[in-house]
Amino acid sequence: MTLTLIALAAIALLALIFGSLLGFAAIRFKVEGDPLVEQIDAVLPQTQCGQCGYPGCKPYAEAIANGDDINKCPPGGEATIKELATLMGVEAKPLDSAHGVESVKKVAFIREDECIGCTKCIQACPVDAILGAAKQMHTIIIDECTGCDLCVDPCPVDCIDMIPVEVDSSQWEWEFNKVPAGNIPVRQVS
Amino acid sequence: MFANYDQIIERLSVNQLWDFPGGVHPPQQKSLSNKSNIEFIPLEPTYYVPVKQHIGVEGKLLVAEGDRILKGQLLTASESPFSVPVHAPTSGIVAKITRHVSAHPSGIPELSVIIDADGQDTWIELKPVPDYAKADKSELIERICDAGISGMGGAGFPTHIKTNNSKPLEFLIINGIECEPYISSDDRLMREHAWQIRQGIDILVHILKPKQVIIAVEDNKPEALETMSIACQQKTNYQVVNVPTKYPAGGEKQLVQVLTSREVPSDGLPIDVGCIMYNVATCYAIADAIVEGKPLIERVVTLTGRGLKSPKNVWARLGTPIQSLLLHGNYDASTQSSPRFIMGGPMMGFTVTSVLTPIVKISNCILVPADNELPHPEDERACIRCSACSDVCPASLLPQQLFWYSKSKELEKAEEYNLFDCIECGACAYVCPSEIPLVHYYRQAKADIRNQREEKEKSDKAKIRFEVRTARLQKEKEAREEKYRLASEARKASMNKDGGNAKDKIAAALARAKAKKEAFAKEAENAQSAENIKKKESVSELSDSFALPKTKLVAVDEDAAAKKERVAAAVAKAKAKKVAADEAKKENKEL
Ligand code: SF4
Ligand code: SF4
Ligand code: SF4
Ligand code: SF4
Repeated sequence: MTLTLIALAAIALLALIFGSLLGFAAIRFKVEGDPLVEQIDAVLPQTQCGQCGYPGCKPYAEAIANGDDINKCPPGGEATIKELATLMGVEAKPLDSAHGVESVKKVAFIREDECIGCTKCIQACPVDAILGAAKQMHTIIIDECTGCDLCVDPCPVDCIDMIPVEVDSSQWEWEFNKVPAGNIPVRQVS
Repeated sequence: MFANYDQIIERLSVNQLWDFPGGVHPPQQKSLSNKSNIEFIPLEPTYYVPVKQHIGVEGKLLVAEGDRILKGQLLTASESPFSVPVHAPTSGIVAKITRHVSAHPSGIPELSVIIDADGQDTWIELKPVPDYAKADKSELIERICDAGISGMGGAGFPTHIKTNNSKPLEFLIINGIECEPYISSDDRLMREHAWQIRQGIDILVHILKPKQVIIAVEDNKPEALETMSIACQQKTNYQVVNVPTKYPAGGEKQLVQVLTSREVPSDGLPIDVGCIMYNVATCYAIADAIVEGKPLIERVVTLTGRGLKSPKNVWARLGTPIQSLLLHGNYDASTQSSPRFIMGGPMMGFTVTSVLTPIVKISNCILVPADNELPHPEDERACIRCSACSDVCPASLLPQQLFWYSKSKELEKAEEYNLFDCIECGACAYVCPSEIPLVHYYRQAKADIRNQREEKEKSDKAKIRFEVRTARLQKEKEAREEKYRLASEARKASMNKDGGNAKDKIAAALARAKAKKEAFAKEAENAQSAENIKKKESVSELSDSFALPKTKLVAVDEDAAAKKERVAAAVAKAKAKKVAADEAKKENKEL
């Protein structure tokens, strides 16, 4: 009899210990937010252009997590779709042209002597990449601009241009088929 | 464990060195160009000086088109600690500042100062340091930076950064290895200017205070070894060491390992194991800068290969287009079926894209191979897993794995296999029986990874900015709503408190407001009529063209009117443009 009691007590004690351990772990190692949405968001290019039909990349990430198509992001293009496909375990499909086409990377440029200082572009820019105040000339912080195109339409005097980003030699990807000559003599004959 | 200081000194004194893994022995071909003295060449009519010559940041331009400049004058100012300035190679006129083909495998044009020489070659006033032994360390480092000196052996790391060292230093290593085939510029420099190199070393010793100086020369350069030994014989802590010839013994990490048995950690620098290394040409330039006050505007360039009738070494000003160097080397076009010029050596160099490519601080050689001298890297075959490449890799990597992952763009895997430890020496590609241009794949993968990292950084930043902005907008909205709510509550409360009284108050307020409005309207009318009389035409024209509400014109003064007119015109123009664009689009669609 006492033996059964001891056994019961021991098991009860063990259950208590493991229970509290699990409880502690649940609080201590809690995962913040929805990891899937975070993962998807990390793949998206963060251009925040809204071409996907959502007000930014995060909302689109949430939509994908809830089953939306993965081929709606033109700035990300082919590469992003591929990554999303592996992440979500679905088939990669071509970019949905209803949302736009993939193009070269661009940044916005304000022709400053034409700017009237209306602040409309500042309100449109999703990443606060435009610097200026009312009735003052505005300018773009090139390093912050994602090239989302959203500031071009609101400008009443049409003084914002999207110019392609120039590649310099530090970003060059050793593609010899794109330059006239220039292969490396990587092997020598004796 | 690595050898300690005393063990190393002991072994060095009997010239007994260590070894690095792998390595190859390509035919040297140095005797082509190392027979004669370094030649001076006549002035060029035009120089093309790239603003950015080294890794790091470019400086700010100090000259404008049309400026007259003197030899040695600063063309850029270094703004960040990571940039070194460039100087005018001769006196003349700044003809143009524009993008010119770069001394880079891509040939992508980069901002360059194009100088028309006047033939006088007049120096700017030079300011040497009279007695460097009495000079302050930081002053000397500043002088080295101002003279535009960056490493002249390899990647072109700014010299002053290396020199500004605060960690404990045991060995100052002077690299006279020049392990790459064909090149003999350092060889000739050591033979002819050992004394000045020694001066440069003395200056570095004064700044860095090392325990021991090691001057390393490969054993295929006995003459250079001898001259350096003679130049350094009075100094007890200078040791000239004879290093067995093996490619790539001149690599920074490899040479440290050969001389001290110490391995530089994967993402570390030689200073982490108590060493600092300078190239002999850099020492020469340092002596020039401190003792003579001359900035770095020329360097020794080897002109070699069987495509040249008279291979040799020349003093070439920075910015000299290689076209004229080819002339000096008597380029024989009949030896090549199609022109092919290599900047650097056969193992690590690159084929230039244009004969106007300028000489920069790191260009040590122009190699013009005859047709059968170097193969064209076309015939790549499949990897047969022979592992010859991993046997010769000086960094103990697995080149075949790296190749595999680089080619299939599995970049994470490639990184796991320490892609970034690869020094791009080309030893693996040299032995590969399948003729795979392995280094090419590594370079591509590295560039991909770097660009991806950069993009990731940028997108992370954009994400944060977007989130901050969204949060701010949300907060503003809430604040606004809260204000409305409070206001309406206050109104309600006061209404309830003293019912009729409040109503009276409201009525009174309304009456007051009405009165005020009337008065204002009257005034406005007056003002307007006055305005109208004064400049009727302009106002009517204005209101016609952009249909602004009349009341807005009250108190329009002349300046504001003009400005508004401009703005309105611009708006109208833009609108018209947009409408036109839309119509065009529509038409397009209809078509
Ligand atoms: S379309 Fe634009 S907003 Fe949508 S996910 Fe792509 S970059 Fe982000
Ligand atoms: S500046 Fe214009 S293009 Fe650039 S991020 Fe802002 S809104 Fe987009
Ligand atoms: S190029 Fe890189 S992988 Fe090939 S041998 Fe040299 S260090 Fe090793
Ligand atoms: S040497 Fe060439 S063929 Fe042999 S394992 Fe290396 S890459 Fe493959």
